[in-house]
Amino acid sequence: MTVILGQTFTGISIGAVLLLIALGLSLTFGQMNVINMAHGEFIMAGAYTTYVLQKSISSAGISLLVALPVAFLVSGALGALLEWLLIRRLYLRPLDTLLVTWGVSLMLQQLARDLFGAPNVQTRAPDILTGNITLIGGDDPLTVANSRLFILGLAVAAVVALSLTLRLTPLGRRIRAVVQNRDLAEVSGISTSTVDRTAFFIGSGLAGVAGVALTLVGPIGPTMGTNVIIDAFLVIVVGGIGQLKGTVIVAFALGVLQSVLEYSTTVSVAKVLVLVGIVAFLQWRPQGLYTLRTRSLA
Amino acid sequence: MSSLPHIHRRRFLAGTASLAAVVALSACGAKTDAAGSSDKAAKIDVSGDTVKVGLLNSLSGTMAISEVTVRNSLMLAVDEINASGGVLGKKIKPISEDGASDWPTFAEKATKLIKEDGVAATFGCWTSASRKAVKPVFEKNRSLLFYPVQYEGLEESPYIFYTGATTNQQIVPALDYLKSQGLKKLYLVGSDYVFPRTANKEIRAYAKANGMTILGEDYAPLGSTEFSTIANKVKASKADAVFNTLNGDSNVAFFKEYKSAGLTAKSMPVVSVSIAEEEVKSIGTQYLDGQLTAWNYYQTTPGAANEKFVKAYKAKYGQDKPTSDPMEAAYVSVYLWKAMVEKAKSFDPEKVKAASDGITFDAPEGKVTVDGASQHIYKTARIGKVGSDGLIEQVWDSGKPIKPDPYLKGYSWASGLS
Amino acid sequence: MNLLKSRSARAAAGFVGAAVVLFAVAPLVLSDFRLGLLAKYLCVAMVAVGICLAWGRGGLLTLGQGVFFGLGGYAMAMHLKIADAGPGNLPDFMQLYGTATELPWWWQPFANPVFALAATFLLPMAVAALLGSFIFRRRVKGAYFAILSQALAAAFAIWLIGQQATTGGTNGLTDIQGFFGYALDDPVNQRTVYFIIAAVLLLLIALARQLIQSRYGELLVAVRDSEERVRFLGYDPANVKLVAYVVAAGMAGLAGALFVPAVGIISPALIGIVPSIEFVIGAAVGGRASLVGAVLGAIAVAWAKTALSEEFPAAWTYFQGLLFIVALAFLPGGLASLATVVRRRRAAAAAEKKAAVIPVGEAA
Repeated sequence: MTVILGQTFTGISIGAVLLLIALGLSLTFGQMNVINMAHGEFIMAGAYTTYVLQKSISSAGISLLVALPVAFLVSGALGALLEWLLIRRLYLRPLDTLLVTWGVSLMLQQLARDLFGAPNVQTRAPDILTGNITLIGGDDPLTVANSRLFILGLAVAAVVALSLTLRLTPLGRRIRAVVQNRDLAEVSGISTSTVDRTAFFIGSGLAGVAGVALTLVGPIGPTMGTNVIIDAFLVIVVGGIGQLKGTVIVAFALGVLQSVLEYSTTVSVAKVLVLVGIVAFLQWRPQGLYTLRTRSLA
Repeated sequence: MSSLPHIHRRRFLAGTASLAAVVALSACGAKTDAAGSSDKAAKIDVSGDTVKVGLLNSLSGTMAISEVTVRNSLMLAVDEINASGGVLGKKIKPISEDGASDWPTFAEKATKLIKEDGVAATFGCWTSASRKAVKPVFEKNRSLLFYPVQYEGLEESPYIFYTGATTNQQIVPALDYLKSQGLKKLYLVGSDYVFPRTANKEIRAYAKANGMTILGEDYAPLGSTEFSTIANKVKASKADAVFNTLNGDSNVAFFKEYKSAGLTAKSMPVVSVSIAEEEVKSIGTQYLDGQLTAWNYYQTTPGAANEKFVKAYKAKYGQDKPTSDPMEAAYVSVYLWKAMVEKAKSFDPEKVKAASDGITFDAPEGKVTVDGASQHIYKTARIGKVGSDGLIEQVWDSGKPIKPDPYLKGYSWASGLS
Repeated sequence: MNLLKSRSARAAAGFVGAAVVLFAVAPLVLSDFRLGLLAKYLCVAMVAVGICLAWGRGGLLTLGQGVFFGLGGYAMAMHLKIADAGPGNLPDFMQLYGTATELPWWWQPFANPVFALAATFLLPMAVAALLGSFIFRRRVKGAYFAILSQALAAAFAIWLIGQQATTGGTNGLTDIQGFFGYALDDPVNQRTVYFIIAAVLLLLIALARQLIQSRYGELLVAVRDSEERVRFLGYDPANVKLVAYVVAAGMAGLAGALFVPAVGIISPALIGIVPSIEFVIGAAVGGRASLVGAVLGAIAVAWAKTALSEEFPAAWTYFQGLLFIVALAFLPGGLASLATVVRRRRAAAAAEKKAAVIPVGEAA
């Protein structure tokens, strides 16, 4: 029983990490159809921001809290720059964005290597986040890691913030308008290029926030982004492009599936099964879990 | 469409011509069973007052996190040797190549170094997979590779010198140590590739013969950074200790998760064979304090040779840069090659090999001796404990250098392994 | 003169030119080592021929060509490993890492050279047919298709790595000594392997050209540009795409098979996401819709990778990244379109000049 509960929570926490890294993509890929392979490097930028901040702020707790907004701005700025330099030329060629941003991702990785050195770097987690909470005591205790709880909270907060922004603010309204019908939005007086850049800024900024969270559980190095990027895209694809709720459900579902399979088989087998499962799922629902109804025939 | 037959004819002609060429040429090639078909040693370029050596490490890709430090260390040794007059009166000219963490690329670059540059020897490679990829290249071209990383044993290539530990100089002593501490129930965690899988096979054989039990064995793909399930499994197993053969990035995630699960060096120590000072620095002592490592060298190893090495390295690359076992083994490999060449009075690989037996060097880890038969070196095994300052303190050593035994022939429990 | 102008004659002349370069010039000019590298690039170019067909013509961004390349490569390497070991013996790595005392059942058919050779392209084609018939019938397309193929490439690579005892794991199959009885370390045989690769590449290009010029080729482009309209016209776009996908898979399989004797190694490092993207990028840089562009692009990108990494071992990824960005962001048609772009610019400039002499007021 403890095992099942424990693995379920592990799954939820894996899901929370997946959700955080995929959330930004749900905007840039889901809403804007840009396949940004450099999203992983924006995550890396967020993690390195935490590292740099910790050099000047000695308290691990405060530097982590400061890193969240700063990383959002740093990665967001990188994203906006990328949009302005390259992506805006490519909106009509979504598949090409994948290859172009792949080039960008190669360059950013090398840049990280030259700026911070090839080996991984270290950040110090606040002591409170390295411990755990015991849910069920006794001989076979069920414990929950504080770092995982923090990431879960952060993921939930980010989802709520993003969906409120999309739903309630004028900016969100403009983004949704552009997504649903770019031409009509344009003739209604919306500057679609500004909306694009802002949406890209937010999506990339969320990658930076994910990067800060990842410093609590994983390595901080030049290739950290490549490790997670494909998983993030899969979450969006399975959830359905352009659907926040699909992303959320699928992130947690994949997390739980992965952790349960990992427990009963091995990590490699679990990974293969999940990937094959995803391919099979797309046979069943080719447009993902939720589809955005549009009038387009494609 | 009317001109189609026309093209067909031309294409047919070209095709037949090429096929004829193929047949004609293959008639001249050597068959696999023909003896001495590869009787062609690579030419070494010793014209001028320099001799070239190849430095082959991953400077990009996932393995760059580890291999760049080895490259730095190799450069340090080359610079020192050049400053003191070079080898046989010639300055060493290092030719740098990037293996890019991709095994076929390693093979390509090794061929380039041997055939195009005419290097006298090559230094580098980290993962066993990259070594396996270049091994045939060095053997076919009869050129020398110096491999500086501890590995899984079960290999003796006539053209490779292994300056890192083989199993009986690292893993077996680590198991002896665990046994002496009364830690008999082990859990094995490793990355999914040759070294961990082979090492764990050896550990299982050892455990069976020594009354130890293996409670579980888990592998994560190289580069995997999600370890919560493995940490749960390890915790639930209630093992005495964990034997960790994870590589690279995965270690960071594993130890962060390990601590989050409430496991400590006191409650369940982890013995790692791929965590050196550089990795400690990137994981952080808050996660590693008190955990065990098995190596042949630590930055804290006493001795004048090591003080000089550490000082020189920090002066060249920065005061905050630690030195580690693979870096030391790489540094030593260049000096060993120099000593062999000077003894042979020639850069010719065959003569260098013949001169190798019994070559000694006053290395940072202590005096090392080359075993000419296996082309490995005698090394002292050392178990260390990670301190809160990020350095590793030795808690046990084998007393004297251990004779390399890559096939574990001297161990009866290992008889079924190869 | 008329004859030279016709497309077919030009193509024929191109073929003869390419044959001369590949069979006469390259072997004379290049050292054994460089010729070996060229053989490797030509293998990548074979994959690019398939990508040109599936992506350039059919609009299917196949980011999983590594899977088919790997299937072909492993089929060939398994046979060569068995042959190297000799009858009754296990391949070297199985003796080291495996527990089996005899060949696993799924290795055994590969002992037969005919089976192995046929498998190098039939196996990838069969897998592609199976996958494709599901995927295209369910109308998975665009980004979904691209990311789905990536997932497959990742899954296949992870699976191979996990089966160390029977596939060699991360190492892959290395140290391949012979090629159907000929020793691979003999430079003469290496050259023969190069000639075979060059001949197969030309053959595949001819085959692809034939397909592109046929009625089917036009249908394929129609599906790429407007799938629904093709459907309304009574064709099944799924079948049209399937053919391109399967042919591309077969070409990638052959490329993988020939890569093995050329390089002497096949490993999961050639199968996963990164190599699969690199296969596509070469074709895209050259010009995905043009056969010549895709092939030359693939060769050029592979050559650039070697040349840049030899020249700047610590910074070459900057240049590689920059190359991809510039070529793809600013030249959508790839380098193949460069000539057209320049011509158009010149024409525009000339037109402007002409316009300049026209009195103001009439220019607009």
